[in-house]
Amino acid sequence: MTPEAVYHNRRALLGLMGTGLASVMLNGESKAASKIEPLAAQKNPAFPPPSDPPTDIKLATTYNNYYEFGTSKSAPAREAESLTVRPWTVEVTGEVMKPRRIDLEELLRLPLEERIYRFRCVEAWSMVVPWIGFEFRQLAALVEPTSKAKFVRFTSVARPEEMSGLHANLPSLDWPYTDGLRIDEAMHPLTLMVVGMYGQTLPNQNGAPLRLMVPWKYGFKNAKSIVKIEFLEKQPVGSWTKAAMHEYGFYSNVNPQVDHPRWSQKRERLLPALFASRETELFNGYGAQVASLYAGMDLKANF
Amino acid sequence: METSASPVSSRLSLTDALDKALKQPKMVLILKVILFAACLWPLIEPPLHLYRDPLALGANPAEHIIRDYGDWALQLLLLTLLITPLRLWLGVGGLLRFRRMLGLFAFAALCLHVLAYLGFDRFFIWDEIWADLIKRPFITLGMIGFLLLLVLALTSSRAMVLRLGGAVWTRIHKLIYPASILAVVHYWLMVKRDVTEPLIYACLLFMLLAARLPQIRPWLKKRRA
Repeated sequence: MTPEAVYHNRRALLGLMGTGLASVMLNGESKAASKIEPLAAQKNPAFPPPSDPPTDIKLATTYNNYYEFGTSKSAPAREAESLTVRPWTVEVTGEVMKPRRIDLEELLRLPLEERIYRFRCVEAWSMVVPWIGFEFRQLAALVEPTSKAKFVRFTSVARPEEMSGLHANLPSLDWPYTDGLRIDEAMHPLTLMVVGMYGQTLPNQNGAPLRLMVPWKYGFKNAKSIVKIEFLEKQPVGSWTKAAMHEYGFYSNVNPQVDHPRWSQKRERLLPALFASRETELFNGYGAQVASLYAGMDLKANF
Repeated sequence: METSASPVSSRLSLTDALDKALKQPKMVLILKVILFAACLWPLIEPPLHLYRDPLALGANPAEHIIRDYGDWALQLLLLTLLITPLRLWLGVGGLLRFRRMLGLFAFAALCLHVLAYLGFDRFFIWDEIWADLIKRPFITLGMIGFLLLLVLALTSSRAMVLRLGGAVWTRIHKLIYPASILAVVHYWLMVKRDVTEPLIYACLLFMLLAARLPQIRPWLKKRRA
């Protein structure tokens, strides 16, 4: 990896050399631009951090579920380097007034916030991660959803030439990866479009350059490396639900009372703890903010 | 091919050397000590690593330890099952002297696997463990496999062979077949999506069990004639 200081010097140098020369070197520079760089963000007192301190960045960036780069937790950190994350555009379309292809650079100019969220995986482990991003509703405002927009589907990038897991002998999931939210879930202030973590841009294995973060749902609901966002009238079916309907429901809200058919969700292991001693909370502890979204709903039937 | 004769003869002479070595008590002892150390090391390695550096096993050391012990138990179980076909094929009866140690180490790894699950995953909360046992087929099947192997471990001593009589003992110890099938099914049902590894184990186990069929056994023996 290019040391940060060297990287910044090279940027300054390129600026001095002028646009003509810079464009000749564009190819080399575009690779360097995919490197992790510092990312400024404001803290928002309306979203206080959880009581547990953030997980060690080394753990959060080496223990990842990103099946497009292989099904082991360590594979993404090794393999994801090959993904080109600049330039990047996201197609925002469907039941909207102004469908658009939005350049990542435009999204990076939105006011960025740091939000420290609990992260609970469906596999009964958890982390605490300082994400950087903007609220999904800010992105929605750019395209103006119509009254027909009842759901949102997120689609991840699927490039076999850059993603080693996509040509596994036994296809693990139906690519490209998709998952969705109800429109009121998506528009909730906690729902974040993430572009960075730990004060830096996102590492590829964590879903660079743009991913979703819905802190009261299981981790797999958060599509990584998003290339398409669709506002839909009908409820979409996500990749995991398609793979195992009875195990991964549309809502997938964190809920200690609703077990995964093959394992209990009552407690979790706050990594890197040895013992799964932490009791899992309903809505991952965000009940005060989101429980009203599900008022009157049977959470066991709508798991 | 003219050269085809030499590998066969070298294999034969190697087999002869092995056969001869296993007839010397001193050599058997040395090999047993080496095998003991080789089997013990993977059992003490994970906690040792963790003691030196809490992050040495990655973000989820408990999962790492549980899976490691499970893998090692299954691999040792398959090695134990390999002894008989290998003995038939090579005609080296002395190989049998290592079978009990392999089997007992498989059971030791399995005990650590079960203990790590009970403690790390279920925090020794017995009603949660009971709920797991009755609700989750992969836990149920795994635990039945554990109980079968417990019977084998308890009856593994020479004294037990004598007490039970060779015929009864042999019949009891055929329980290793259902136990290893349960172990592979347990692994298969546990994985979330990618069944590559359980599939490899299933293929190996299939071959090892097939080698015991009355149709295959004589063929294995004939290969060395």
